[in-house]
Amino acid sequence: MELEKHSYDVVVVGAGGAGLRAAIEAHESGARTAVVCKSLLGKAHTVMAEGGIAAAMANLYPEDNWRVHFRDTMRGGKMLNHWRMAQLHAQEAPDRVRELEDWGALFDRTPDGLISQRDFGGHRYARLAHVGDRTGLELIRTLQQRTVALGIDVYMECTVTRLLTNDDGITGAFGYWRESGRFIAWQAPSVVLATGGIGKSYKVTSNSWEYTGDGHSLALQAGATLVNMEFVQFHPTGMVWPPSVRGILVTESVRGDGGILKNSAGNRFMFDYIPDFFRKETAETEAEADRWYDDKKNNRRPPELLPRDEVARAINSEVKAGRGTPHGGVFLDIASRRSADYIRKRLPSMYHQFKELAEVDITAEAMEVGPTCHYVMGGVEVEPDTEAARVPGLFAAGEVAGGMHGSNRLGGNSLSDLLVFGRRAGAAAAEHAQGRAGRVDLPDEALADAGRAALAPFDREGGENPYTVQHDLQQTMHDLVGIIRTAPEMEQALERIEELKARVANLSVEGHRQYNPGWHLALDLPHMLIVSECIARAALEREESRGGHTRDDFPGPVEEWGRTNLICTPTPDGGVAVRRQPLPQMPPELAEIFEEVS
Amino acid sequence: MSYDAAFRVWRGDASGGDLQDFRVEVNEGEVVLDVIHRLQATQAGDLAVRWNCKAGKCGSCSAEINGRPRLMCMTRMSTFGEDETVTVTPMRTFPVIRDLVTDVSFNYEKAAQIPAFTPRPRDEDGNHRMQQIDVERSQEFRKCIECFLCQDTCHVIRDHEENKAVFAGPRFLIRLAELDMHPLDVVDRKHAAQDEFGLGYCNITKCCSEVCPENIHLTDNGIIPLKERVVDRKFDPLTWLGDKIGRRPKD
Repeated sequence: MELEKHSYDVVVVGAGGAGLRAAIEAHESGARTAVVCKSLLGKAHTVMAEGGIAAAMANLYPEDNWRVHFRDTMRGGKMLNHWRMAQLHAQEAPDRVRELEDWGALFDRTPDGLISQRDFGGHRYARLAHVGDRTGLELIRTLQQRTVALGIDVYMECTVTRLLTNDDGITGAFGYWRESGRFIAWQAPSVVLATGGIGKSYKVTSNSWEYTGDGHSLALQAGATLVNMEFVQFHPTGMVWPPSVRGILVTESVRGDGGILKNSAGNRFMFDYIPDFFRKETAETEAEADRWYDDKKNNRRPPELLPRDEVARAINSEVKAGRGTPHGGVFLDIASRRSADYIRKRLPSMYHQFKELAEVDITAEAMEVGPTCHYVMGGVEVEPDTEAARVPGLFAAGEVAGGMHGSNRLGGNSLSDLLVFGRRAGAAAAEHAQGRAGRVDLPDEALADAGRAALAPFDREGGENPYTVQHDLQQTMHDLVGIIRTAPEMEQALERIEELKARVANLSVEGHRQYNPGWHLALDLPHMLIVSECIARAALEREESRGGHTRDDFPGPVEEWGRTNLICTPTPDGGVAVRRQPLPQMPPELAEIFEEVS
Repeated sequence: MSYDAAFRVWRGDASGGDLQDFRVEVNEGEVVLDVIHRLQATQAGDLAVRWNCKAGKCGSCSAEINGRPRLMCMTRMSTFGEDETVTVTPMRTFPVIRDLVTDVSFNYEKAAQIPAFTPRPRDEDGNHRMQQIDVERSQEFRKCIECFLCQDTCHVIRDHEENKAVFAGPRFLIRLAELDMHPLDVVDRKHAAQDEFGLGYCNITKCCSEVCPENIHLTDNGIIPLKERVVDRKFDPLTWLGDKIGRRPKD
């Protein structure tokens, strides 16, 4: 078998915010580091992030600090977050933002010349460092340029299909060049997974083709565990029309900057959906909500800025009750509330997106929006301080890691998560590699086996087309394991996933190995299936509703479940088992925070 | 609402290829990339195309549509007549890998040659202070999504392979302009812009600005001011004298 081989201390899989931040840190810790990514450098999904990076820098509100951010994050996640991750995240985010400036990032400014911060759902103070509504692009470009300046090796358009292990842990990774279809292997004692999420298993999603759950699946197959997989975030505001753009994200900044949600009767319906958990901190009247933008001391937050799970469920209910828009969404209106100049200045890319794709001028008319699959809270179970998974030498950071966001992530906490835990994973991976480099081996048999598996779709003739199978999986997850769930539907989903597994095992692809998207998809599908199975099994097990997991048959939260995590492990037959594990207990000095800040 | 469109798509690889004809369904509101995806799913499973965000934010799906450099995800089918044939070809400035995918490594090589951002020290309290009005000039260029359509359309390299060694292309001239206007950066790249990145080759035909999907004014706000600064430096009598008598550091 023709195979290109390389040797490194640390191989980072994924070149979004977490992957690049991990690579920079590993390199600066002295490790020989490589980044492997499926797309061209600079195109990772991070580029789609719009609103900003949450960090308690207190540039606008001196009252803000890490304790308030920690509290907001835990409450947003309905207290299921790993407390230690939420603590590290809140403490370290401001430094991670500041160092981006040292690498060339240009954030919008306050009148004093500091980094400006904007309001977002679930955050008590204006906290998101931003660049208009294209913060993700700024983040990725800054990290990309830093990576290039440091001379880190980047393997672009290269897909990892397998992690290689021996009894002592990670030994490397195997993959193929998308351009040529040729095989490549990296020998390395440390691998950092930074592969993002799973949204492509759903029909309506804000995620790109890359989001096929590769990292989740690779980790599971290597013997690691996944946590919180039942929690999938449906962002409340995706585009709903025209059909071809259904699911594309409409940033939460529209609401942070003054936009409101209305149903077809013109009612500001979010006031009808304020849960008791957030009642004390949410405005009761429209007048109070409108005053809050300028006077946060004496007014409470508009209900449009409740955490995303609450808003998504409310929109879903309004549409189901027949109060939706002509295209099955609700109205998001900023045109009647802010000047056209302000809107174009604060939300340039939303203005452009609606104008070009939907022929809607958001400075003059309301947008139509509805929930879209956006983010998976679940992921690889890691040690909070090092991001180490349960396989020695395996690390995970960013969306592919679990625990940080509990049952629901607050907007803005993703970009900060990437930076805080990307850096920690890179440092720990470099440390793990010390003394082990060159001592790990890639056995020929394992490489040959990985090669055979990758080529299998070419050997079968007359089998099914991968695009059809992908479409059926997306429909299944959309219909049966979506925003509102029931036991019979999820049981049906699991049956269908078994049928889909059989179909995937019999796929065939046309053409040859050179840049062949049909073949690439055929190799992504097993990842998508195993991740879908994890979501469905964990969601069936958790008999309560909490954050990004809503059961029609168990509508409320249950105290006992609030102390329980669900862990997915691989079974010998290639399936998934789910077991319960107690939630790590928060130390008293952190628990106090929930008393002191109300 | 739906109709069957005539599509001509270039298919082939480095050794050659040709335009192939397809009839393909088009639905209301769709863009060219939707139609290319439908071809993949129904008629040509191995049709090679790059894409990611499908919302004009990542700059992956660049191609030439009826001869014009465009993002496929931002080109609505409603801009064509139902009886009009839509021709999609790969970007011409870069070598073809397969079908609509080209080898854009030229851009990554040029990016790596640009002297890195080098900031002044932080203020004593650990912050950098800059005024909004000062960051906005560079922010315009940082909107760039690296779709490389400006590189594709630029006549200096579009049909002149030999110029690629000495000319970085509009994308990287505005990167140089961005760094030059960056309030924190302390490195002078004006000599390099002229001598290593071929600023002088640009004769300001503004084709790059016309095709930019982010509406960046590459020439007016980036390249022309950069040219002026290079000229100022070169012909400023004090600078010239300083250089001559060795009182002024070279850079």
